[in-house]
Amino acid sequence: MKLRKKVYLVAGYNTISMGTGRKEFHPKKPRPDLDDYIREAGQGVLKKIGGAGNVDEAVFGNFIAARFNRQANLAAYLPFIDQGLRYKPAVRVEGACATGALALVTGIRSVLAETADVVLVLGVEVQNSVKAIYGADILAAAGWAKERKNGHAYFFPGKFSDRAKAYQEKFDAGKTREAMARWFVNAIENARLCPTAQEYQNNSDDLKSCGMMNPNPRGFVDSLNVYDCSKVSDGASAVAVVSEEGLRRVGIPKSEAVEVVGIGQAEEDITRRPDDPTVLATTREAVRKALESAGITKEKIGTVECHDCFTIAGILSVEAIGFALHGGGCDFVLQGHTARSGKVPFNTTGGLVGWGHPTGATGVHQAVTILEQLTGKAGNAQIAISAERPYGLSINMGGDDKTLVSVVYRKAE
Amino acid sequence: MDYTERLSNVTVLGAAGKMGSGILLLTALEMADLALKPENKGKVFVINAIDVSNEALAGLMQYIRIQALKAAEKKTNQLRTAYAHRDDLIDNSEIIQQYVEDVLIVIRPSLNLEAAYDSTLIFEAIKEDPELKVKILKQLDQKNPHKPWYFTNTSSIPITSLDKKAKLGGRIIGFHFYNPPAVQRLVEVIKSDHTLPEVEAFAMQYAKNLRKVVVPSNDFAGFIGNGHFMRDALHGIQVAEALSKEVPLHEALFMVNKVSQEYLIRPMGIFQLIDYVGIDVCQYIMSVMNPHLKDEDLHSPLLDRMIEMGIKGGQHSDGSQKDGFLKYDKGRVAGVYNPSSGQYEPVSGFLEKCDARLGSLPASMKPWKTVVGAKSKEDLLQEIFRELKGMNTLGATLAKAYALRSKEIGLRLVQDKVAGNTQDVNTVLLTGFYHAYGPINNYLD
Repeated sequence: MKLRKKVYLVAGYNTISMGTGRKEFHPKKPRPDLDDYIREAGQGVLKKIGGAGNVDEAVFGNFIAARFNRQANLAAYLPFIDQGLRYKPAVRVEGACATGALALVTGIRSVLAETADVVLVLGVEVQNSVKAIYGADILAAAGWAKERKNGHAYFFPGKFSDRAKAYQEKFDAGKTREAMARWFVNAIENARLCPTAQEYQNNSDDLKSCGMMNPNPRGFVDSLNVYDCSKVSDGASAVAVVSEEGLRRVGIPKSEAVEVVGIGQAEEDITRRPDDPTVLATTREAVRKALESAGITKEKIGTVECHDCFTIAGILSVEAIGFALHGGGCDFVLQGHTARSGKVPFNTTGGLVGWGHPTGATGVHQAVTILEQLTGKAGNAQIAISAERPYGLSINMGGDDKTLVSVVYRKAE
Repeated sequence: MDYTERLSNVTVLGAAGKMGSGILLLTALEMADLALKPENKGKVFVINAIDVSNEALAGLMQYIRIQALKAAEKKTNQLRTAYAHRDDLIDNSEIIQQYVEDVLIVIRPSLNLEAAYDSTLIFEAIKEDPELKVKILKQLDQKNPHKPWYFTNTSSIPITSLDKKAKLGGRIIGFHFYNPPAVQRLVEVIKSDHTLPEVEAFAMQYAKNLRKVVVPSNDFAGFIGNGHFMRDALHGIQVAEALSKEVPLHEALFMVNKVSQEYLIRPMGIFQLIDYVGIDVCQYIMSVMNPHLKDEDLHSPLLDRMIEMGIKGGQHSDGSQKDGFLKYDKGRVAGVYNPSSGQYEPVSGFLEKCDARLGSLPASMKPWKTVVGAKSKEDLLQEIFRELKGMNTLGATLAKAYALRSKEIGLRLVQDKVAGNTQDVNTVLLTGFYHAYGPINNYLD
């Protein structure tokens, strides 16, 4: 559906994505916690939009702090960000790894409904509070609880390993591995250009070999190696969703804003297994809706932030968007089309594999990255956006292709 | 009696010690895994953890709990399969906790030797004292009606002599773990002249299940590991003593330690390794080995002197290093013992002087950690030794002599038939001592 009102995003802010890979990270040493990330990202936006007084309401996106950090009721963090926000309304939304984009869309809907002109949207997750083997239990809540017992110890890597295996059995197994490795290399090379990325300091001189490493089924999963996986991350991202009126209020010129021109959301039955594990069918549907909502075709897209929780998910996303036919995603990646110098640069600051995946923040982080790219504020990670392909597209996925949010953006005019 | 039956009632003697605790852990894990197999449902598995103090046993149980948790966290994949029948265990955390309980439930801590009278397999990891070992094994074997098998962890005493003196009739084998047993993959297996073939077969199966690397050693005092280490240590001591004619002894000790670590690319310098093992333990092992050696005297007056002054090395109960030849500050070498003054001299006081005396390291030299992790390890080593060969600084000269002596010791172990071949010697040094390369090599030819 076409949006009936102009909605803009401004004043994006990303904290560092913290976890293994960052030099300042040590599992046994104290580090910023949930409070710190919420405050840093929230204040980061307030500073750019003229302070707390300009905010009408807020949306918090958080997957599962109730288990990672023993903290629920996140809406009540609003005044903690700034006392000027005391008694203002807020809501916290959740949709597993799609939480961030759900928060964004919730803010957008509020502006569309004309109940607010400036909405602070903040996604946050702090996951390094437990070891990965226990984090896997917590993250498994994104799947169907009744599948947990028979699921893999690393539940979601297990799910996407099954998809990778099915894809490798159906198509060219060797080429698929090559493409997954290439996806990883692209991700790290992009992350090295973004100071907040978890892999910013990665200085490996042989990324290809890492990506090509054989999976270790005994210690991990059958068809993915650790480099195929997104990171365990702590971090927050925030952005202001504003109306035309809101834009004037916060005093930010249009040249520093993007317009949200299309939204596509789709839910699949959480109890249902994928009809075909080699297809992200719900993703495909959400993207179709988003493009239809924006009234554009995929050929107009200049950059994509896709949900590469695993490298195979990146390749399947390429096909779900329609850039390649079923089975053609690997060639598309191997030909360099998704690289930063390619036809449609994907995940220009590293994506989930390279930048990091603080689950509840990821959807917001994707929007902030596209905001920066389309307004020329992406620093060293800046790509060229051509007049022929002026749109940005984000895809945020919750669970195994269950909760999907896709958004189309373009530079405000 | 099959493998599983043999492992249903086990005892570890000296269970709270450095080696005993690791043996207890690994065996309890293996027994818990057996208990989880469907075909063993209803069978009871018991491992008696015998030691001499309640305090030590309490610490032992704490250690086992932490290590069992770590082991469970590492093999959660396998545990999810093993507990698939338990509908009440869903999360990894529930399965891991259950496994820790299932490991602990196998263990019976005890102060009494009587607990071992019902065991069919007995691990012996008490003090490295031949008379004590014989006395206990003999007593146990008289009281235990099951004709149990004995796995001794001795690192130096010939198995044949234990077998004969304790009258065990070949129901004994040397099963020498490296320290710490839970981490080190190497095991030296030593048969006595009469070890029963079924005992050996069981030992091989058990080692395989523990995923250990087995190197067979012949039954000569010290076997391969200590056969090399004790002679290598004595060489280091003698070189330091020779150097001490020109510089104070503590400076000489520092220089030899540095040469044996940095120039030879080893994880520790020789005096740090002696401290790690324990100066008293080294002295003791030499004294156990020495009577069995014909044409050499494996004895160091310097070690005797250190022990007389109360300097022993070894580890605190939390695993941290006690001071010995060297003084440690958070794991780093901060001082060296000066036997003349009875004090530790701070390294900062003589570091520059010693470094200047040794000369600079070869330019191609890399730290041990870099070399062992390098993909092109062999090329790196070739390059380093080629450069070392052409140098004649004091450091390079000492290093070359050290490496050649190490090789000579290795070759002698093969010649004396302690080791079956050169590869076994190299495997022991690579796997048990974490050397970057085996001592028997051609780098300096």
